Amino acid sequence: MTIGGTAFSIVFGLIAALALRKRFPGRTFVRASVLLPYVAPVVAVTFVWEIMLSPQFGVANDWGQRFLGWDRPIAFLSQREYNLWGLDIPMALITVIAFEAWRYFPFAFLFILARLQAVPHELEEAAVVDGAAPTQLFRHILLPQLGAVIALLSVLRFIMTFNKFDDVWLLTGGGAGTQVASVRVYEFLTSRLDIGAAAAQGLVLAAALVILLVIYLRFFAPRVEDES
Amino acid sequence: MDRATFETRLFGVLRWVVIAILIVVTLFPFYYMVLLSIRPIEQVLSNPGDLWAGPAEWTVSTYREVLGSVSSGGQGFVGLIGNTLLVAVSATILTLLVSLPGSYAVSRLQFVGRRQVHFLFLAIYLFPAILLAIPLFTVFTRLGLRGSLAGLIIVYIAQTIPVSIYMLRNYLTTIPESLEEAAAVDGYSRLQTLRKVILPLAAPAVMANALYVFMIAWNEYLFALLFLVENRGNWTVSLGLAQLSGGIEVSKTVLMAGSVVLTLPIVIIFFATERLLTEGLTAGADKG
Repeated sequence: MTIGGTAFSIVFGLIAALALRKRFPGRTFVRASVLLPYVAPVVAVTFVWEIMLSPQFGVANDWGQRFLGWDRPIAFLSQREYNLWGLDIPMALITVIAFEAWRYFPFAFLFILARLQAVPHELEEAAVVDGAAPTQLFRHILLPQLGAVIALLSVLRFIMTFNKFDDVWLLTGGGAGTQVASVRVYEFLTSRLDIGAAAAQGLVLAAALVILLVIYLRFFAPRVEDES
Repeated sequence: MDRATFETRLFGVLRWVVIAILIVVTLFPFYYMVLLSIRPIEQVLSNPGDLWAGPAEWTVSTYREVLGSVSSGGQGFVGLIGNTLLVAVSATILTLLVSLPGSYAVSRLQFVGRRQVHFLFLAIYLFPAILLAIPLFTVFTRLGLRGSLAGLIIVYIAQTIPVSIYMLRNYLTTIPESLEEAAAVDGYSRLQTLRKVILPLAAPAVMANALYVFMIAWNEYLFALLFLVENRGNWTVSLGLAQLSGGIEVSKTVLMAGSVVLTLPIVIIFFATERLLTEGLTAGADKG
């Protein structure tokens, strides 16, 4: 879940940042709207998703049945497996990943946009004069500049998604194959009243994260310093 | 047509497609939320796929139920809004009171372990909230702070100060030191310099920071759930809304009205201060 959520949110963020890079009328408004999922309260947005995806009166299932020819509603959030073309896919988990990507791509978008605006214009202009196509421009000029910020984002998002509690808890309650580490800790803490076990699991989680962070600092941090 | 021209045209079109998709994807859930909150529940159940409702259908009964006091059969959200405002505003003010001098110290004063402190703040920022929750949960139970708003404010401050110092520090380092030296020559003490020179210069960053902290405190759910759940009178809006969904007799449209009530202040603040916020957030984050 963490890897999926992280990767998708960064890819979407990158696409969004590239699309919104140049000025156009209404850009401020669009930029603000894109950030909305990130700043809106978790509780409110999870409820909207829950209702949108609800099998009884959600718009997704209604439209799916009407226009896409689904023969029965899909319980996006409470179904562990869904049979698609003979293949079992973990439905609830995928939905949670989609939600994470939706909610956090603005975060990636912000960072990447800030970095993009710092790329010197001369570089690009020179490349355009040399007849570089947009894809080449992106591959050879922009991507190397964005490397550091994407690495930073991957670590930040990975850690944050890894720890995610409220989104998952509110969406699925940790059921249907989406019990992530922090939801488990919460359950130990409250419903089983086993504070010791909760603390132990929490520490394991923390240790894993510290290792990640150290790896990140070892390999990427000096480069970030140099480039910025 | 060569590759460059072709691609320039292609991406020129694609860009607008992407922008359109982005707007739909991000705004649709919010639109849907507002739409459901003003439609009667029977309508929603009979035509769930409708994405438009004429003014004839609109109703405000959902809002009346959400905002009405508990005694009159409503959900008493006005009281919850008051709680949340109290928590968010006090957390913001207290955080800034601590983090402003704190960030100044980290950015200017030389002391042992200055670099490490900086790293420590980042580490805390990334630390899983659920982990902090365990010791806080036990300690607060012992101290009898569970269920009180003061306890929640303390938790929020503890969570937001590191981020706040981290962001402010990055801004403060961009202010040239010569300004301070000039102030020192004019006979200002450190504190006077901080108040009369640094504070006005850092005002946009401080504002962005305040709004950011406010939004975190307003949106927070996990700690509110852990610490306040037994004490209904002190619930925040997020918690109240989440608890509402557990009740069977509450219809989904009322739930949506509650969501609108919860989201609206944030959206208003956000759109009013968008420029300030995005720049404030990234100005700090950019430096790694």
